Parts: sequence; structure tokens; C-alpha cells
Amino acid sequence: MNAVANNEQRTVRPQPIQNEREREHFIPRVNIVETDEQYIVEADLPGVSKDGLEITVEDNELTIFGRRNDCHEVPNAQVLYQETRPGDFRRVFELDPAIDTSKINAKMQQGVLTLTLPKAEKVKPRKITVGE
Amino acid sequence: MYMTLTRWQKPEQNWTVTPFRRMTTLRDEIDHMFDRAFGQFFESPTQTQLGSGWVPGVDLYEDKDAFTVKCELPGMKKEEIDISLHEGFLTISGERKHEEQKTTGEVYRTERYEGRFSRSLSLPSKVNAEKINATYKDGVLTVVLPKAEEAKPKQIQVNIK
Repeated sequence: MNAVANNEQRTVRPQPIQNEREREHFIPRVNIVETDEQYIVEADLPGVSKDGLEITVEDNELTIFGRRNDCHEVPNAQVLYQETRPGDFRRVFELDPAIDTSKINAKMQQGVLTLTLPKAEKVKPRKITVGE
Repeated sequence: MYMTLTRWQKPEQNWTVTPFRRMTTLRDEIDHMFDRAFGQFFESPTQTQLGSGWVPGVDLYEDKDAFTVKCELPGMKKEEIDISLHEGFLTISGERKHEEQKTTGEVYRTERYEGRFSRSLSLPSKVNAEKINATYKDGVLTVVLPKAEEAKPKQIQVNIK
């Protein structure tokens, strides 16, 4: 296997939009960084609180679903100008098999989701000291 | 919630002009279209590629007592958001900074905006600047601007003889 193909497999990769249902949702903007120990995924989900968030892992697919709260509603008011669009967020990622899915951690702060996806112990790079 | 109300300065980019926003919206539509059609093969354009910068979405509401402005600003600190009012123009500006500790490692995707933004909008009538109130929750900024007394609708009794 060449290096590129290998790299393609071993990452957290957003999946293409597959069906009609997914098109109804917004795709949150994400940053993905890999370190030796883990992957870090950050996603912009303005208007989503901790309670409106659903993160599921099935096989090697991770789904982020963010339901917007009512922060975009002003009771008894009329809309004069609107740029934001109501709707929930959804995005699916294919996970590197090296990720230990039992240790995924999620943090939600001011509409930004931070996921840390640690790699299993056995795949972390190890330093080997050469004996005499 | 306390939030800095700064002296008004001429915005670096004045996005009150709606055609720009329409372009951005159209661009977003195209992004989504490409995402749907090609998925992973196309990266979402970053601000540097298009030079458009960060244009957070703004909504304006009105009820009988106040105007309410909502702005989507995920991942900010409230100290990093500036709100100012000058001659009927409300300006929301700030900067989302890159978090240093996360730069060590291989970066696969950077779709999220960072850097400066500034949005201005013209308020339809006079507001009471002393009573402006702002809250920041779940990455959404809400600014409530109570209308000035003279701008409120008044009931006038007309005696018909």
C-alpha cells in the first residue's frame, strides 16, 4: 500500500452527503487535527447547547447531530432582516480504526464542540531505547 | 451580562451593504451544492482562498418596545466581542483567535473561520442607548435595544365633533 492510500485510511474523514434526509441539515464547519496520541475535531454549532447534542458511534462511523435551541426566536416580534437559517446540524465522519471509540470525549462551549478521539495504546508511537 | 461597549469607530469592513451578503449566501449555497455532489473531494473554501473573511450571520427583530439583534458567533469569549452604537448604526465586531496548543500535530481540515469580523446594521428608529442589554449564550449573541420613548407608537385620542 502506498503512503497516500495509507494516509487516506488513517484519519477522521467527513463523509459525503448521501441521502435526502441529510440535505435538510446544515453541515457544521470543522477543524481536524491529528497528534501522536489523538485526533481533535472542533465543530461550529451556534445555537446548540449541551442538551441539544447527540453524538453516536456505530462501527467506525461517528455522527454529530446538533439540535438548535430557541435562541433564534424572539417571542411576539417580527423579523425585519434575517441571514441565519433555522435548521439542525448533522455531519458524519469515518473514523481511523486506530481510535479507541470507548474513550472519545466531548466538550461543548459557546456553540463549539470539541471532540477528542484518543488512539488505542498499541498504535501510539513508542520510543525504543537501544541497549548496549 | 457585562459586555464592552466601545466608542464607535469606522468599521474596517462595512457589511451593511446587502449585495455582499447575498454573494456570501450564494457562495454558501454553492459550497453546499458541491458538498452534496462531491463530498470529500472538495474542501470547503477557506477565508484565504476567497478573501471574503468571516461574515457571521445577523438577524434583526422588532417588537413594540425594542429591537433585538442576534448574531452567530460560536467559540468566542465575551471579552472578545465589541458592541457599539453610533448614529443609529449598531456595530458588532471582534476577533476569534487561533488556539495555540492545538497547532502541534497534523492539520487535516480548517473550515472554521478565525480572525476579525465586523458587522454593522442600521436601526430603523431611535433607541435608548443607556438601556442596551447583551447576552452571549451557546455561541449566539443577543443584543436588545429598547426603543427611545419618542420612537414608540403612541395612541392619539381624536375627538370627533
